[in-house]
Amino acid sequence: MTTTETHVIGQPRKRKEDARLITGQARWTDNITLPGMLHFALVRSPMAHAKISSVDVSAALQRPGVLAAFSGADLAADLGSLPCAWPVTPDMVHPDHHPLATDEVRYVGDAVAVVVARDRYAVADAIEAVEVDYEPLPAVVNMEEALKDEVLVHSQAGTNKCFVWPFDGGDYDAVKATADIVFKRRYVQQRLIPTAMEPRAVVVEPLAAAEEFTVYSTTQIPHILRVMLALTVGIPEQKLRVIAPDVGGGFGSKLNVYAEEVIALVLAKRLGRPVKWTESRSEGYQATIHGRDQIQDIEIAATKDGKLLGLSVDLKADMGAYLQLVTPGVPVLGAFMYNAIYKMDAYRFRCTGVFTTKTPTDAYRGAGRPEATYAIERAMSDLAHEIGKDPMQLRRENWITHEEFPFTTIAGLTYDSGDYEAATARSMELFGYDDLRREQAERRDRNDPVQLGIGISTFTEMCGLAPSRVLGSLSYGAGGWEAASIRMLPTGKVEVVTGTAPHGQGHVTSWSQIAADALGVPFEDVEVMHSDTRVAPMGMDTYGSRSLVVGGVAVHLAAQKVIEKAKKVAAHLLEAAESDIEFAAGTFSVKGSPDAKKTIQEISLATFAAHNFPDGVEPSLNSDAVLDPENFSFPHGTHLCAALVDTETGHTKIRSYVAVDDVGNVINPMIVEGQVHGGLAQGIAQALYEEAVYDDDGNLVTGTLVDYLVPAASDLPEFTTDRTVTPATSNPLGVKGVGEAGTIASTPAVVNAVVDALRPFGIDDIRMPCTPERVWRAIQDRSSGGDRSAEGTVAYGGTQTATTAGRDTEAGGGAQ
Amino acid sequence: MIPASFEYRRPSTVDEAVQALVGGDAKVLAGGQSLLPLLRLRLAFPDLLVDVGRVESMRGVRDDGEHLVIGAVTTHHGVVTDPLIAQHCPLLAQATSTVADPAVRHRGTFGGALSHADPAGDLPAVALALDAEFEIAGPTGRRTVAASEFFVDYLQTAVGAGEVLVSVRVPKLGAGWASHYEKFHRVAQAWAIVGVAAIVRRDGDSIAEARIGLTNMGSTPLRASATESALAGAALHDGGVTAATDRASEGTDPPSDLGGAADYRRHLVKVLTRRAVLAAAGS
Repeated sequence: MTTTETHVIGQPRKRKEDARLITGQARWTDNITLPGMLHFALVRSPMAHAKISSVDVSAALQRPGVLAAFSGADLAADLGSLPCAWPVTPDMVHPDHHPLATDEVRYVGDAVAVVVARDRYAVADAIEAVEVDYEPLPAVVNMEEALKDEVLVHSQAGTNKCFVWPFDGGDYDAVKATADIVFKRRYVQQRLIPTAMEPRAVVVEPLAAAEEFTVYSTTQIPHILRVMLALTVGIPEQKLRVIAPDVGGGFGSKLNVYAEEVIALVLAKRLGRPVKWTESRSEGYQATIHGRDQIQDIEIAATKDGKLLGLSVDLKADMGAYLQLVTPGVPVLGAFMYNAIYKMDAYRFRCTGVFTTKTPTDAYRGAGRPEATYAIERAMSDLAHEIGKDPMQLRRENWITHEEFPFTTIAGLTYDSGDYEAATARSMELFGYDDLRREQAERRDRNDPVQLGIGISTFTEMCGLAPSRVLGSLSYGAGGWEAASIRMLPTGKVEVVTGTAPHGQGHVTSWSQIAADALGVPFEDVEVMHSDTRVAPMGMDTYGSRSLVVGGVAVHLAAQKVIEKAKKVAAHLLEAAESDIEFAAGTFSVKGSPDAKKTIQEISLATFAAHNFPDGVEPSLNSDAVLDPENFSFPHGTHLCAALVDTETGHTKIRSYVAVDDVGNVINPMIVEGQVHGGLAQGIAQALYEEAVYDDDGNLVTGTLVDYLVPAASDLPEFTTDRTVTPATSNPLGVKGVGEAGTIASTPAVVNAVVDALRPFGIDDIRMPCTPERVWRAIQDRSSGGDRSAEGTVAYGGTQTATTAGRDTEAGGGAQ
Repeated sequence: MIPASFEYRRPSTVDEAVQALVGGDAKVLAGGQSLLPLLRLRLAFPDLLVDVGRVESMRGVRDDGEHLVIGAVTTHHGVVTDPLIAQHCPLLAQATSTVADPAVRHRGTFGGALSHADPAGDLPAVALALDAEFEIAGPTGRRTVAASEFFVDYLQTAVGAGEVLVSVRVPKLGAGWASHYEKFHRVAQAWAIVGVAAIVRRDGDSIAEARIGLTNMGSTPLRASATESALAGAALHDGGVTAATDRASEGTDPPSDLGGAADYRRHLVKVLTRRAVLAAAGS
């Protein structure tokens, strides 16, 4: 008899995935080589905005190894228009988005022609022979400029305004009229580039006289991609199989339907041969979606002692040049999170989506919630400073107390559980809050060139996307359920099929733990299969910290169904009533007769043989579950950051960082820890390092990893992490999502610390990222450090000249 | 990204390398850490790459009396871990240890970084401060060029077409000398926004003599000459050093780019020079 393990859940089991991944045995899309496979490459626009006068591919066709070359016009009828699944308002402007531009290019990197050759070297040379004549049009890179509609990104639309999405909870104007304080701030979310470790790639294999196709793609969403490709290209869905092989990170950048996937399918169909495309990093920086890029005008109405009365948010969100799969939905998701953990009587939210001549934006780790959390957590600290109150005290006086759960917020969500007091108490203890405040005062007193700042982020977020009815009410094009199947093999081993599509999250390990516990089988006996629409036919894939709380719980529910089926078999074999069968730790026994028992492995074999089986029962234990969650998941936590700011150089160093997260019950603490660490790294990256900079002509200036600074482990501090556990009440495992929490929480904690360090200089904002130059300039000018990163470039917008930005490069010397 | 096609040769001696470089548009390839990105971004299109990575006479560090001779294809890792360099020229090891990351330091070479002559690179300013000498081989034989003549302009050195840098002679720093490289950058892998190499000889509580090399303050590495002069005899503790290092931006012409505008760099170089000098002086 096999030894069964109980309580695998909660153990830090090593990941089943890793041995393969770290020994070079992963199967990446770019590793796939098929007989007769062709390679294609795209000719991309070097201009941000231009009319295409002509495209001539004839010289490219003469190059060695080239088999085909097409302009956008050549393929327009086949390629269709890329889908946007989230029309947030009925009157949203939704321009055509041709995978290959036909008449006009609208961002640097917009594809205009494709060349197909026998190998990737030949195709890299041949694309240089495609002649494209452009008639330049003005670029518009700044949202506030774009809203003047002087330069139209889509002239036929007549406006750059994509949509205005409103939400009102309570009567903000009425509340504001009674407020002692009306506090206003503008915060800016710079544009970010997701930078998954594995660049994008796609391979399409045509089968059966090019009527059936297998698509291999670096995607987070094989299931959604299949539906969308079928609809976009017009290939019947049953003739399409989508496989996401090993996928090396996504962070939302692979939550999309990309031009290259559509082009690959169309080329494979036309040419009847397998085709492959793999992006280079710098190509991906132009042609893979970007994230963030919002301007947030915040207004808080409060009493003079800091009781929040109401919140108003006027948000501008940069769509980029086109709408990708969920582009407009990203800021709308954030709408429900500005009020965060705080109680108030009224909330007004307006979001304006804006087209600019830049790479399209879309979901990037957190998607809407990091932006919201940043604004409210910055605002709470800034308001505390304004009224002379400790920033933690102000939060405490306004947050939802643990006795008040479940709590329906002013944004209409019902937070099922949480304990902000507990997470905060633990965090303050680990951090040494009072000692650091003392040190801060001492440094201020002695005018130390290195000042200390303390940053707070008492965040929550909504994840576990999502109840289908809620998504429907937000006009999203799909549901939020997730599917799982469990197959009990004759030997008692287990196959779990999940509709989630892991690309680094460790689902194979965590789902094994869930199934092992529920079925009472060894962890090692469970295999998890995913990310192939023939193997896992139903799924909604992986994004929005949804996989565990929807997909993982679905595995648990499917296992419960297996047990119910197995109980009937056990009752029959043990000659007992089904109601007398008890199940624990993998063994079915008869109540009151401890010796009468059968293991789940014995039941599996008996079901396979089916020689001795109850009448009217199918000989199968296999079970499916499809879970539509009843609510979102609301992880929360208290993050504290101590930053040292060198006022001579502007350099910020994080001295200590404490993250106490409450993600409910934990399946695998090591995986949770990894998610928190990675999330912190990405959130800190936004605060201090990363920024996609465009110049006034719409060129991406940070086009390679030399200029777009992604911090490495050595650039980050040691993290102190801990957890409090307040189980979710909305699912049977009591779990909450963790994939985005660290990213959402950390950005405001770090910037609050930087600003806190610089309060004595009269500074109340530093634009992100808080680069040394911005911080230094802020100290010189008592400003936010300016929006510009470099001569002639525009970070979030603004078209200042060097002079208006307060910079005179000839003046020299530095003021102090 | 895929480079345009090129010929490739891998000589095993300096003479073979020089012969291979004759004619055509040839580039010398060593560790490839600067050249390969240029090729892959299609910013350079040489017809021929001459890979000197296997020219054994160009590798390693040897003691040559008052000098160390460092072979041009000695890797950064080799420099960082070399016992002769640790003993006689620790500045070089310290500065080299700040170059990029371990992967780059295991491939990238000392001579390659100097020949590439990126003013944002760390080693040119260090070589300049050290008054290093560069041995260059070409069709007409070998010649030696002083550091002050080696760095000609942005990405341009005294190494002509058909020539290759063979080795670099650096003087051993005698007793009483101490050094420090102060690098200012945002992440470990990033180029220096500004860097300062300081070599000082201390005399009691003052500086007797100093040599200062500046990274990324112009189109070539620069010496902070005004500061060097002012440091001679400057007291360590009564503001003398600060008065001298406040002149560190004199004669510089720093770039304005994503790392910072010129005025910021002019400010930064003063702060960093002060810190480098004080750190070198052990103060």
